[in-house]
Amino acid sequence: MGRGEVSLRGIRKAFGDVLAVRDVSLEIAAGEFVTLLGPSGCGKTTLLRILAGLEALDAGSVLISGRDVTAYPPHRRPVNTVFQHYALFPHRTVAGNVAFGLEMAGRPRGEIATRVERALEMVRLEGMGARRVDQLSGGQRQRVALARAVVLEPEVLLLDEPMSALDRKLREEMRAEVKGLHARLGTTFVFVTHDQEEALAMSDRIAVMSGGQVEQLGTPAEVYHRPRTRFVAEFLAVRNLLSARVEEVTHGTAVLRTDGGVVLRSTEPGFVKGARACLGVRPERLAFDGPGDNRVAGVLDDRVFLGDRSEWRVRAGGDVLTVSEPGTGEGRRTGGSVTVTFPAEALLRLEDGVEASAK
Amino acid sequence: MNARRQALLLLFPAAVLLVLMLGGAQGLMLIASLGRRSAYGGVLYEWGAQNYLRALEPVYMSVLGRSVLLAAATTLACLLVGYPVAYWLARQAPPRWRRGLLVLVILPFWTSFLVRMYAWMFLLRTEGLVNLALDAIGLPALNLLYNPAAVLLGQVYGELPFVILPLYASLEKLDPSLLDAAADLGATPGAVLRRVVLPLTRPGIVAGGVLVFIPSLGAYLAPDLLGGARYVYVGSLIQSQFAVARDIPFGAALSFLLSAAVLLTLWLFRRPLRAGTEEGA
Repeated sequence: MGRGEVSLRGIRKAFGDVLAVRDVSLEIAAGEFVTLLGPSGCGKTTLLRILAGLEALDAGSVLISGRDVTAYPPHRRPVNTVFQHYALFPHRTVAGNVAFGLEMAGRPRGEIATRVERALEMVRLEGMGARRVDQLSGGQRQRVALARAVVLEPEVLLLDEPMSALDRKLREEMRAEVKGLHARLGTTFVFVTHDQEEALAMSDRIAVMSGGQVEQLGTPAEVYHRPRTRFVAEFLAVRNLLSARVEEVTHGTAVLRTDGGVVLRSTEPGFVKGARACLGVRPERLAFDGPGDNRVAGVLDDRVFLGDRSEWRVRAGGDVLTVSEPGTGEGRRTGGSVTVTFPAEALLRLEDGVEASAK
Repeated sequence: MNARRQALLLLFPAAVLLVLMLGGAQGLMLIASLGRRSAYGGVLYEWGAQNYLRALEPVYMSVLGRSVLLAAATTLACLLVGYPVAYWLARQAPPRWRRGLLVLVILPFWTSFLVRMYAWMFLLRTEGLVNLALDAIGLPALNLLYNPAAVLLGQVYGELPFVILPLYASLEKLDPSLLDAAADLGATPGAVLRRVVLPLTRPGIVAGGVLVFIPSLGAYLAPDLLGGARYVYVGSLIQSQFAVARDIPFGAALSFLLSAAVLLTLWLFRRPLRAGTEEGA
């Protein structure tokens, strides 16, 4: 196995009665950027801490670069972590923070100085080594935390919601910076976040987590366009979720009647005649009077202006659809009748997923 | 303006108390220390430094030296014993027990220190509980009371809460993610303690150390009751000047010498002390 490959096998971890991670297995290739995405309490941070050795596990094994490190304490693992609130040492300068790991490894003084300087350059903090940590801005602290972790040339870099404490503009800058760092270093990155945009923008693959399990693992495009379960769809902003019964399946097209009485068609495979189904469709796939096999008559309820686009809520039978269209949406009036259209392939079949099946 | 007036008002009672009780008393003592003992134990106001010169004689300096040694040993022992206790209380004890356990730390304060010293005597004396227990299992009796070790034991016992509480406060503030970060960066548990935990809890170590060292320097009860008459400490010496020898001027001069020793110690350790308070900010 190559340097930086990660293999998690049957990881389980409970805190008291709460199962934080349930039998997660995950293979990460060398140099890959994998994001663990999910809401708080889904087990993503626990999984990362297990990888770092900061949390003991109840079952399973952790392999890094082909070595079984399950029994290794954190200081013997070839990984380094960028912590959520940076966890910089307040009694040390910027350079002192970056040098900490090298000092622990017993590197000679001269080597430490050069490597610290180089690491600070890499995160654009050259010349700031003598500063005190509490004199830095949030973005600078973030970069010190990055430098402190990468200076040790870890086989795997772990990042625990490193941007959650930054404001939006800074977050977007850091996104590019972290991505650039990944490209330059070629190290395996395991990134934890609850922000779907961050996950989509940065990752090679995303593991969407819920209830201590991986619900879906795939490239950003796969996870975005083809969420497999209801939970993943909801988390990735598929706003229209409908419960329906399968009326008929012919020539690869399913006819579905929603609980609100709307009849829809989908070309998705896997529908079984007479069974219940969960459906999802992204708001931006819906249009007013556009092309598509699905045509739903409804009444405009209200509008939310979002700058580059507007979202309409449309009452259709007993269902409510959210339609996203570019522009201000000034031309339409609340209470007016409309026809919402969308193609049959846009209507996704969603599985219940872990959360529901565990109940 | 309003804030300043409020500050004056808030500080007024304490200021009055300090000026009258401490300033006034110290002033009287200073005057007395420069006087001469009268035949009947009063003070004759004949100015001179004779009491201070006498206090600097080797026999009294050795008493002061012994007291400094006792205070230093007490401080060191309290820190060594108190740190693990505070660490466990602040970081490992089940949170819902913490409050109750802290009450246990200060529980001894509910009884007079004098009574507690007598309890130690009861335990340590030749016919005491410890020796009775040793006798019961066929071991010879030990001389546990009336020696410097007994004094140190009594001092450490009495001062321990004063070092545990500030240590607890600074250990509780310590961000646990810093310990994770240190381990993650390759620090062994020992290195985490030396390079992260100890430096970051220095304010607590310094505060606890000062809180124990200063009262220990002038300690009187434990040395007197557990140390016997053979080893004189400066606290007992001063007490005996006032109460037994009725030499108020000399007692006052010794008191000032003791204060000087405290100030000198604080000055000698000014650098670690200041660093300690700065890191706490």
